[in-house]
Amino acid sequence: MEYIIIIISAVLVNNIVLTQFLGICPFLGVSKKIDTAVGMTGAVAFVMVLATIVTFLIQHYLLNPLNLAYLQTITFILIIASLVQLVEIILKKVSPALYQALGVFLPLITTNCAILGVAILVIQKDFNLMEGVVYAIANAIGFGLALIIFAGLREHLDMQNVPTGLKGVPIALITAGILAMAFMGFSGIV
Amino acid sequence: MNQWKNFSKGFIKENPVFILLLGMCPTLGTTGSAINGLGMGLATTFVLVMSNLVISLIKNLIPDKVRIPAFIVVIATFVTIVQMVMQAFVPALYESLGLFIPLIVVNCIVLGRAEAFASKNTVLSSVVDGLGIGLGFAFALTLLGSVREILGSISIFNWKIAEGFAKLFNPETTFAQGDGMLVFILAPGAFIALGFLIAIINRLNKTKA
Repeated sequence: MEYIIIIISAVLVNNIVLTQFLGICPFLGVSKKIDTAVGMTGAVAFVMVLATIVTFLIQHYLLNPLNLAYLQTITFILIIASLVQLVEIILKKVSPALYQALGVFLPLITTNCAILGVAILVIQKDFNLMEGVVYAIANAIGFGLALIIFAGLREHLDMQNVPTGLKGVPIALITAGILAMAFMGFSGIV
Repeated sequence: MNQWKNFSKGFIKENPVFILLLGMCPTLGTTGSAINGLGMGLATTFVLVMSNLVISLIKNLIPDKVRIPAFIVVIATFVTIVQMVMQAFVPALYESLGLFIPLIVVNCIVLGRAEAFASKNTVLSSVVDGLGIGLGFAFALTLLGSVREILGSISIFNWKIAEGFAKLFNPETTFAQGDGMLVFILAPGAFIALGFLIAIINRLNKTKA
């Protein structure tokens, strides 16, 4: 039951992009087409779950016993950077097809604040490993949901007659604002 | 290079938020009030100046292949320093900025300046560049924070505008102002306010050119 609460709260109520403002760069950057949005979501989900597991283990079995909790930021970002590199190398070797699909997005993920954000949030919220993994998966779904809906909206937006001053980024941001307002309707469910 | 030009480019011409659209997460996430925006901007400025300084000093020692991880370590060190200092001296601000302080480390502006500027230029121009871009970022955040605070809670830097003016003319007044448009403090308002600000700035840039 508590897993269901974690999932609903992370996907709909506290959506990672639209209410917590993490991962805005890819949200604005790769949301022009639905295909790329799907690819990015896959890459983020993969790295997010992996990074959450590894950072959780490092925090609880290395940093905390040694009283090095203040090294959290520096350790986590290095873990994520090397993990992304590792995933890239392994994917290239094991599954060239998947690498073809996700490859271009992987280097961008190191500086995606959603990954580091979720890793830190799992520690801050005092989740155990299983809850942490569920939380990471739920956040990846929430990220994908927001990104794909937004990409769909932007594909239609291209065909509309937008006032010159608002063309491009401004109208995209205003659309995102309205989307965020729609997601606010879910508040109070959990 | 003309240092003044180097410094001032961060405000309008190459403003990281309004023109380059970098570092959007803290821009949207921490600008619920002007004071939070200013605090976040100054914290980022400190990290930017210090990491630019250190990276331009050690740029010849870092092998080209591992330069990105090396930059990240330098940046993360200064972020940890900021985190500890803010926790000790401004705990209230630290609480309200929350997660976004450690996330300075993945702010694309900081890594972007390290890679594009500090690793190629002299120490002095790198520091000036960091200061200019950092203050430009702080300026953008404070502007967005002010707009949202004025619309959302009719106050600026926690000074209640309507009530303040009423008190100015009649110190004994019992006038209490109502609430603002709450939506501008909440998440959707961040997107909408930034969208309109960028549109206005694009328009201003166009008339000048």
